[in-house]
Amino acid sequence: MAKSLGPVKRKFEPWNDPNAQPFIRFENITKKYGDFTAVSNLSLDIYEREFFSLLGPSGCGKTTLMRMLAGFEDPTKGRILLQGNDISGVPPYRRPTNMMFQSYALFPHMTVEKNIAFGLEQDRLSKGEIEARVQEMLKLVKLEEFAKRKPGQLSGGQRQRVALARSLAKRPKVLLLDEPLGALDRKLREETQFELMDIQHTLGLTFLIVTHDQEEAMTVSDRIAVMDKGVIVQVDTPAEIYEAPNSRYVADFIGDINIMEGTVVSPAVDQGSQAVVTLDCNGLAVAVEQECAAIPGDRVAFAIRPEKVRISPDQPADASANAAQGEVWDIGYLGDFSIFLVSLSDGRIVRAAQANVSRLVDRPITFGDMVWLTWPKDAGLVLTR
Amino acid sequence: MKSARFDPIVLTLGFAFLYIPIIILVIYSFNASRLVTVWGGFSLQWYAAMWSNEGLMDAAWVTARVGVLSASIGTVFGTMAALALVRYSRFPGRTIFSGMIYAPLVMPEVITGLSLLLLFVAVNVDRGFWTVTIAHTTFTMCYVAIVVQSRLLTFDRSLEEAALDLGCPPVKTFFKITLPLILPAVLAGWMLAFTLSLDDLVIASFTTGPGATTLPIKIYSQVRLGVTPEINAICTILIGLVTVSVVVASIASKRAELRRIRDEHVALRGTV
Repeated sequence: MAKSLGPVKRKFEPWNDPNAQPFIRFENITKKYGDFTAVSNLSLDIYEREFFSLLGPSGCGKTTLMRMLAGFEDPTKGRILLQGNDISGVPPYRRPTNMMFQSYALFPHMTVEKNIAFGLEQDRLSKGEIEARVQEMLKLVKLEEFAKRKPGQLSGGQRQRVALARSLAKRPKVLLLDEPLGALDRKLREETQFELMDIQHTLGLTFLIVTHDQEEAMTVSDRIAVMDKGVIVQVDTPAEIYEAPNSRYVADFIGDINIMEGTVVSPAVDQGSQAVVTLDCNGLAVAVEQECAAIPGDRVAFAIRPEKVRISPDQPADASANAAQGEVWDIGYLGDFSIFLVSLSDGRIVRAAQANVSRLVDRPITFGDMVWLTWPKDAGLVLTR
Repeated sequence: MKSARFDPIVLTLGFAFLYIPIIILVIYSFNASRLVTVWGGFSLQWYAAMWSNEGLMDAAWVTARVGVLSASIGTVFGTMAALALVRYSRFPGRTIFSGMIYAPLVMPEVITGLSLLLLFVAVNVDRGFWTVTIAHTTFTMCYVAIVVQSRLLTFDRSLEEAALDLGCPPVKTFFKITLPLILPAVLAGWMLAFTLSLDDLVIASFTTGPGATTLPIKIYSQVRLGVTPEINAICTILIGLVTVSVVVASIASKRAELRRIRDEHVALRGTV
């Protein structure tokens, strides 16, 4: 399926602009169901044209937060501002937001056409206008020839497109997507992710997506809010979330990571241009280039992504480098990557990923080999939370 | 299976127990003889006699009107009750409300009839067509409530939320989305209510008055004077009506099922 990629994306980071006005503002939102607190004193700004993800495990409050924006739930405390206006008490049918439901919620007794036209009919648009907009939407999601079908006569992927077209038809100020791709198979999901980004970019709308799939959030979003138990743990760009998680929770939730508990030996002191913290992780000395307020004796964690750990049969020449010796305990061959599970002398397992850059290797590392793991000082992270 | 050869016998006995009385009734409605228990040859004279029996025809007409009216009112109220029970999971007095909805199901008819009679006497209403209709509405609506409630429990609420989200106000959402989708259950509730009203004897006899004799009351009072083949004839017609509606309903649901399967095939074939 050939398609134009549209204009090249420009640099977009209004959250770093002190003069930018937030488009959506959650202000000290708390939502309680009886004794259960779904969302706890949460504040968040989302900017116009942003593709924003709420990411977290089920029950973390992300869906509740979205439903409060749509108007299906009222916050127990706090307020929600849309373009500076408090929208508390505005019923869902008068809010300029539209939602794409996890179950798609297509009206089974109406054709695809009628489903898409439904929202437009509520606005009392003229027949011609509705017709034109429906055609435009059908074209956008490439479903022109399915206009007269009922949802029951569509496949899962087609239903997903109808749901998207229906929620976009009214040109909402904010489109809310509740686990929009959860029901699709992997290949279709990846394809649709890029299409979603394309559509968002073309129409210039603000998208808020709720998902538990970190890969999906990473692919589509400008920024991600990682949630846990009703609070936001970190809000950042996908790259920041991945490379500089602010806590063990975020590091562990996003991607694959080695986490070793340890204590600070020497605090962040300048060595040339960068501050370096040294840690003792159960006998393993680790140096990390990082600004860090931790003082000697603090319990912290050292975290490093498997793809940043180099694995080699030879001892590193540079004695001052971070290094650990261990035995290959297991190997996972993923095609593009191989994951090595290396057991250190005290039994701790460190994961190292190696890109399979050539088809054949002279001295392949195999089970039971004694290997050296090395990583630069700027590859890992000290996590204090 | 070893026990398989016993099945036809058991089946025959079971059906015989259920249907022989009805078959006898139908056969005797075509009896030329005046005596109900003696076969005197085939004849349609009792159907002709039934048509010209004004009392019987009046009663049938009253029953039909009471049935349609009470079933319709009962369906509206019953659907509203079901919505309240399913949609508002907590409101003061919900437990009592749901208990009171179900009470007429288990209440002896005699008590329902008597209490309604006492009510009508107390407020000094002339008993007749309207009092029977009101009485039938009170007990049919709870059956409708149960039928509609079971449908609403499996209803995907996000459909309504989607309509609201697209700018449709709540009342309009009910008529454009909810009602069309629960309509089969509502119609089934109406049919049930109509049938219940049609064959009610006890409550009708408590709450009726002169000029509003329903068919069951008429049949019952005639039978007390002796079973006439006319009664057999009208009962045969009632049986016919019920049979036809059951057959039509099952054909309709079978066709809906076939359509659903066909739709699934279309969907599976995907992008044609």
